[in-house]
Amino acid sequence: MKRFFAFVRKEFYHILRDRRTLLILFGMPLAMVLLFGFALTNEIKNARIAVLDLDHGQHSRQITDRLLSSGYFQLTKTLTAYRDVEATFRQGNVKLVVVFPPNFTRNYAHDGTAQVQLLADASEQNTAISLTNYATNIIQTYRTGAPATEQSPPGAQPPMQITVQPRMVFNPELAGAFVFVPGVMAMVLLLVSALMTSVTIAREKETGTMEVLMVSPLSQIQILFGKMLPYLLLSFLNGVMIIALGVFLLNIPLNGSLGLLLSETLLFIFVALAIGLLISAIADTQLVAMFTSMLAMLLPTIFLSGFLFPIESMPRVLQVISNIIPARHFIIIVKGIMIKGTGLNLLWKPTLILFAMATVLTIVSLRKLKPRLG
Amino acid sequence: MDNAVTTNRLTKRFGDFVATDAITFSVAPGEIFGFLGANGAGKTTAMRMLCGLLKPTSGTATVAGFDVYTQSEQIKQVIGYMSQRFSLYDDLTPRENIRFYGGIYGLKRTDLKTKADAIIEELELGSVADKLTGSLPLGWKQQLAFSVALIHEPKVVFLDEPTGGVDPITRRHFWDMIYAAAHRGTTIFVTTHYMDEAEYCDRVSIMVDGQIKALDTPGALKKQFGADSMDGVFQILARGTSTK
Repeated sequence: MKRFFAFVRKEFYHILRDRRTLLILFGMPLAMVLLFGFALTNEIKNARIAVLDLDHGQHSRQITDRLLSSGYFQLTKTLTAYRDVEATFRQGNVKLVVVFPPNFTRNYAHDGTAQVQLLADASEQNTAISLTNYATNIIQTYRTGAPATEQSPPGAQPPMQITVQPRMVFNPELAGAFVFVPGVMAMVLLLVSALMTSVTIAREKETGTMEVLMVSPLSQIQILFGKMLPYLLLSFLNGVMIIALGVFLLNIPLNGSLGLLLSETLLFIFVALAIGLLISAIADTQLVAMFTSMLAMLLPTIFLSGFLFPIESMPRVLQVISNIIPARHFIIIVKGIMIKGTGLNLLWKPTLILFAMATVLTIVSLRKLKPRLG
Repeated sequence: MDNAVTTNRLTKRFGDFVATDAITFSVAPGEIFGFLGANGAGKTTAMRMLCGLLKPTSGTATVAGFDVYTQSEQIKQVIGYMSQRFSLYDDLTPRENIRFYGGIYGLKRTDLKTKADAIIEELELGSVADKLTGSLPLGWKQQLAFSVALIHEPKVVFLDEPTGGVDPITRRHFWDMIYAAAHRGTTIFVTTHYMDEAEYCDRVSIMVDGQIKALDTPGALKKQFGADSMDGVFQILARGTSTK
């Protein structure tokens, strides 16, 4: 028994002295509980909506107030014409538009029934459904002077009735693939271009062959670019394959320009390669490279890029942090092009951000790799 | 004839720590020069500076007539290098390894093929030429790594502890290859901490704490220090500094 415990004791030494293991044992559960408990949620709060009030009457204004004071919505834009709705969605900020038709107040007061139309940006179909449900609930329980939570007795016909017409824009069938495919694409590209690149460079350092390469006539630039080139090609093929699978197998639309989509994919691959380069500059072994890639890159991307959890529902701090996650911008671009048919004129901002990221990351990592083994 | 390697007060500092302390020596073409010393004495640092892997802090050095500060690109073309960990890729076959290194040193396709065949025949690797290098015994890998280091017919070949981890007989075979290369005119610059290998060198320098404490032929050194073997010489030198 004694020798057994001697062995167990040694194991504890290993664990306590390994910073990485400690990080996983204590840091990760803490971070995850905090994140999931407070920050990451599928619930919608303060969603950005626009209102198209063609009625300007008492009831439409009061319903709008109810919506905006519910805590679920914030007013981002007031629209004046129906044709502006689709353009508003394309800009990407607004997720729901509430339309009050002309004569809404008159119909409601005199006839007892009126209609409200809800247009939801269904490229994120979970968000769209939730927003529509919340809004419908608030609108339908609207009674002049009565709080929105009052329920009508079962079976009784409410004296005044508002029917809500929801319409899912861009994604009428509410296909879930719309949300996941761009996110999956970002993850795969990061995996191949960043993680694998960093690991392969670290491997040369770890096995000592990097030294031999540096003594050879190969320049450092040639070595690094030579390392990245196969992954660039593989990533691009992967990207094309995912797009093809999405379009042909999952019926995701390709409403925008394929050329633009492929160019943006290439741009994102460059960003990912630069990340891989940076990680390889600080990692001396494959294990460290892999660890750093997972903890510092893949996990934040999963949580903060808008892939699984809507960014709008995160606390302000995380929303700000999410801006430095390249995948966030890439997902916006891909969804914009494929689902909404948006062009570069509206997507120039995330594109420029990705371009800047690629440039900065490349410069920083080349600087770090320059001082050789000395 | 110009010296293959010269250094003059070559120094390398890492912060406060002086790894290589103003060493001065020269190596003639075709010479087998042994660079001895205990672990941490500064041998590897010195060699790294000569190979262009490290920039010296001060002092001068030339390799094959080229200045290490300003002409490192030319130096790279005319030197070969075999690292402590043998420099071959385990998941490539011997043939593929030869082809790779020949390729990055700019050998032409036909030359490369001829050389590859010659190496494989000379080392009797015919049966394993297309098996993964990782599966070869250590001694074979060493010999292959050495041949690969010579593939572009460099003027100077730097060997950093090339015979680590194998038995004396295998080491002796390796040194046969070194002799053959030196005979053909290649200068061999080899670091080792096996003192018996020092006997195989034309001249030997012994580094202690970053400085060269002895530099001569093995025979002369043994006479100078009154020792029977190079090991004995080293013991005397090492003990001398530890009693400071």
